[in-house]
Amino acid sequence: MTPSAKQRLAAAANAVAAFAALLVLWQLVIWIFRAPAYMLPSPWAVAKSFVSRFVSILTAIEITGEESAGGLVASIAVGVLVSLIFAKSRWVRRMLYPYTLLLQTVPIIAIAPLILMWVGAGTASVGVIAFIISLAPMIFNTTQGLISVDENFVHLFLMHNASPSQILFKLRLPHAVPALFVGMRIASGLAVIGAVTGELYAGSSRVGEGGLGYSILYASSQLQTDYLFALVLATTLLGFAFFFLVMFFEWYCLHNWHESARVPDADSDL
Amino acid sequence: MTAGRGVPMVEIENVGKRYRTGQPVLDGISLTVAKGEFVTLIGPSGCGKSTVLKLISGLTPPSSGAIRVDGMAPRDAREIVSYIFQDATLLPWRTVEQNVALGLELEGVAKPARAEKTAAALDLVGLAHFAKSYPRQLSGGMKMRVSIARALVTSPRLLLMDEPFAALDEMSRDRLNEEILRLQAEQKWTAVFVTHSVAEAVFLSTRIIVLAPNPGRIHAEFAVDLPAPRRAALRDTAEFDALAVKVSHSLHAALAPEAAAVPS
Repeated sequence: MTPSAKQRLAAAANAVAAFAALLVLWQLVIWIFRAPAYMLPSPWAVAKSFVSRFVSILTAIEITGEESAGGLVASIAVGVLVSLIFAKSRWVRRMLYPYTLLLQTVPIIAIAPLILMWVGAGTASVGVIAFIISLAPMIFNTTQGLISVDENFVHLFLMHNASPSQILFKLRLPHAVPALFVGMRIASGLAVIGAVTGELYAGSSRVGEGGLGYSILYASSQLQTDYLFALVLATTLLGFAFFFLVMFFEWYCLHNWHESARVPDADSDL
Repeated sequence: MTAGRGVPMVEIENVGKRYRTGQPVLDGISLTVAKGEFVTLIGPSGCGKSTVLKLISGLTPPSSGAIRVDGMAPRDAREIVSYIFQDATLLPWRTVEQNVALGLELEGVAKPARAEKTAAALDLVGLAHFAKSYPRQLSGGMKMRVSIARALVTSPRLLLMDEPFAALDEMSRDRLNEEILRLQAEQKWTAVFVTHSVAEAVFLSTRIIVLAPNPGRIHAEFAVDLPAPRRAALRDTAEFDALAVKVSHSLHAALAPEAAAVPS
């Protein structure tokens, strides 16, 4: 076994041990404080609930996943487009960049009801909420990547009489790809949070069936705390899945050239 | 494309440069570079040597005076000019050959011709085997070779080099110095080179211009009559040393009267 494989195995073992310790602690808290199941269900009860209601959890994941993905894809597309405009025109950037800060600071919980009113209850409005909450990091990071190109590179392009669009698409855009992925990583987590938040307001078009946010509301109103925990777990898993999907995509795009995607021990082989 | 033989490659006439605020960077610079010359600008930092290259390339306009490159305005002459920066400035997302092909690509050269010229340029700097590598896999010296190949691929008549070897170790620097001379002998381009290494200036140049700082102006000029082809052994000769000492003294003199400078 190579040293790096050993290290990775040790890291994995540590993570598993930490998780096991957490479960033990959880169970201890229940025993010591005699917590009733509706306040704090045992890990075992949560696991059982997760398995027995797996089909509804899967449906909820699917609904929320679609909404988050829709919001995320839209925020990537719009974010990159807006950033390209910002990079192209300093004037527009100066004028509008401060307002993109509003996207970051606006309390999404406060405007969610408004969006429901405007777009109508259902998956579309939840997607819009996911889109709004994940747009700001896309714009900030991509714009930063586009405008932070070293002056010498611009001069190099100018020496070859490059057109402004050649500088934008052959220099600035590829240079911004790592920053774009930083934005995507943040946005992917926010999109899931946005979708779940949206569902808390949007409810469901089908009785008893809805996304994770809706199901969480339902479970808490029924005091099915074990199911609630299972749903929180499912939400976390969905967030992880989005994050790792983005990470994989990032690795796929950058592993040839970018430092961040370098495997540290690959260097010693060179 | 090229004007008559009599037209100098670079003509700088009484050029001054000051940025929007603050002190003038250059003052009253006049310099003519004939075709085939290898002219080196040397001087302490802050004497505006890099600014001279920026002016010749048209990347920044002069505040006063006139500049012509092969009889043309600098911006119109870019087709015959290549610029080599201090850093290799390779695009990290492109392979070596894609980096070398950049200029041809931007100028709209068709793909087959591009591939042929790129391969030839890589051959020239001895990096044909690394065509598919990414810049991060190369050493500093190799990166600079790629940068040189990229500059030469468009068959320039004038090469502007802004301390291209300053970041390299001495071994790589010496080797690249010889290589640059070999390439110039083969391709007969004109060079304006910026450095703060006296040894490098003497080894490479046909003429050395010493600049004084605050504001940047020409302090002294030395013709270098060392015979071609110049090889590594030249550095050990008495003539080489004598000239290096002279240039070095001149550099110190350029810096020394600063305190007593008459305000203009």
